[in-house]
Amino acid sequence: MKTVALGLAVLLTLVASPLTAQTPVRVGFVGTFSGPTAVIGNDIRDSFELALDHLGRKMGGLPVEVFYEDDQQKPEIGRQKTQKLIESNRVNFLTGYLWSNVLLASLKVAVDSQTFLVSANAGPSQIAGELCSPFFFSTSWQNDQTPQAMGEYLNQRGVKTLFLIGPNYAAGKDMLAGVKLTYKGTVLGEEYTKWPDQLDFSTELSKARAAKPDAIYVFYPGASGVQFLTQYGQAGLKDQIPLYTVFTIDETTLPLQKDLALGVPGAQEWVNDLPVAANVKFVAGYRAKYHRSPSFYGAQAYDAAGLINSAVESVDGDLTKKDAMRAAMRKANYASVRGPYRYGNNHFPIENFYLQETIKRPDGSYGLRTVATILKDSQDSFHDKCPMKW
Amino acid sequence: MLLLLEQCLNGLQYGLLLFLLSAGLTLVFGIMDLVNLAHGSLYMLGAYFAATFCALTGSFVTGAVLALLAMVLLGIALEIVALRRLYGRDHLAQVLGTFGLILFFNELVRLVWGPAGLSLPLPGWLSTHVEIVPGLSYPTYRLTIIGVSLLVAAVLYGLIMRTRLGMLIRAGATNRDMVMALGVDVKRLYTLLFGLGAALAALAGLMQAPILTVQIGMGENILILAFVVIVIGGIGSIRGALLAAILIGVLDTLGRAFLPDILRLILSPTAAATVGRALSSMLIYVVMAAVLILRPEGLFPVARRCA
Repeated sequence: MKTVALGLAVLLTLVASPLTAQTPVRVGFVGTFSGPTAVIGNDIRDSFELALDHLGRKMGGLPVEVFYEDDQQKPEIGRQKTQKLIESNRVNFLTGYLWSNVLLASLKVAVDSQTFLVSANAGPSQIAGELCSPFFFSTSWQNDQTPQAMGEYLNQRGVKTLFLIGPNYAAGKDMLAGVKLTYKGTVLGEEYTKWPDQLDFSTELSKARAAKPDAIYVFYPGASGVQFLTQYGQAGLKDQIPLYTVFTIDETTLPLQKDLALGVPGAQEWVNDLPVAANVKFVAGYRAKYHRSPSFYGAQAYDAAGLINSAVESVDGDLTKKDAMRAAMRKANYASVRGPYRYGNNHFPIENFYLQETIKRPDGSYGLRTVATILKDSQDSFHDKCPMKW
Repeated sequence: MLLLLEQCLNGLQYGLLLFLLSAGLTLVFGIMDLVNLAHGSLYMLGAYFAATFCALTGSFVTGAVLALLAMVLLGIALEIVALRRLYGRDHLAQVLGTFGLILFFNELVRLVWGPAGLSLPLPGWLSTHVEIVPGLSYPTYRLTIIGVSLLVAAVLYGLIMRTRLGMLIRAGATNRDMVMALGVDVKRLYTLLFGLGAALAALAGLMQAPILTVQIGMGENILILAFVVIVIGGIGSIRGALLAAILIGVLDTLGRAFLPDILRLILSPTAAATVGRALSSMLIYVVMAAVLILRPEGLFPVARRCA
């Protein structure tokens, strides 16, 4: 009896051996799944999963295996997780990466091991310039691009003087530098707050009020955006000095910001109501599956899946052909939810930026809608510093 | 000049909030001789309870009162179930035990309320601002924090120094065995005291909640400052905690507000912000070090048992 059982076991192992099973496409996904910004991590994970659903959970005929890792919003943890994904999970692609400082810490590990890294959010200026790499792609933007669009809008609105407030880390510096590139008025002051643990902005708001600017410009992503808007409202500044933002109001923060977000404009490369077929499918699919609205973070993660799929399809699943996969990704030949875009020499998108505003729906819920196109086919200003040519 | 006044008010408000948090900590540490790292978790739970009760009842004040009552009960339960077992142990065991409680409460909150955090909206009459002097309007709610904290300080001082209960608490701290021999139930006294400490932490958390969001781990950063406050003020001293908290709050805020501007004369704005911020947080620890050198017992040492 024992022998029979053993024989059966051996047979079963043979049946389940790699002879029949295909090697899956392994994707490592680094996001923030704990702490106050976990809500963003959940949004990009849900969007990536939805993208896989829409692809039939296959890429180029191969099954897909995704390994999700939590970076806890800390650069050193992000780097460790990236290393782990490359070395022990032997992933073919890395994606996710919400935070510029986490991405900057993780990039070298990915590039040294020649693993493709598709950033679904962070776009630090260094990677668009001197650190640009043939193994890095972005489905979002370079950090400075969105604030540049906002600077342009501030000019259109005739704002003469401006006060800038932002967090003191890689992205915060880019976001304040970006607006200064295009804004033509006078910057009366700029304040940098400690990131991510400073949550009380009373000192900075007092200084902004004392400077008497025409407008205040801020960048506060995730939960800090909720805190900033709350304190801005409580200080009575909402009636005194108008606020212009980038990445401060989105679908993950609106349920907490509510009325405070009304009348505060923002710039973005994607808005949920863009009339693009792929976008209609994404937004409807997301609402049906998760019963809430997707954010731009999610849209970028959905696109990351599309970009990776286009690479795998181009080589019919032969993941050793890295040059061919790179050539395919450079074409951005997939149905992006923001509509078609091109890649610059540094693998950052050349894309449109829109003005968005908060709306209150009749049922009391809040959402965002496109008001106008601010910039068409905008390219980041660091691509000249990137030696890569193709 | 107006800016300086406004920044001083910001510092005072921040300091008084620190006082609410450190008052509970200093009572528990100074009188019960228990290092409670989970004090920050009580602060967090206070905010979560308040957000929940306010949403249920639709009233900020009712929600806050219910949250405080719930936290007193939770504090008492926590003392009976867990902390009572740590009194006889050395401080290392207490640190380990209460650190475990931090992890426990963080996970518990994640399970019950989810990872996203909550918001505690203010009623209309509190989310306005008042003009204190011409040209300077200040948020009503921040003024309310200042008022409530000062009131709590006065009540606590009266309770500890002027009532029979306060006398027993002080006597229990000086010589526990003697008070027990006189027929006082010190165990029950400690349980009540811990409930009071929990309520103070919760009050700090729920007062802070409308300004910040209510989130997991919100009590961990601020707890470090609370420990600095009680070391400077003298462990176990309410008066010391009050003065030290205001000192720390004003120092931190003024440093943060004006050091970067001064440094900007010689550095780039981002570098000035980094250095200025670092210097202003260093300032706090420099003060603590100076106090430890000159008066190791803190500014207002409490009479210790003479064993």
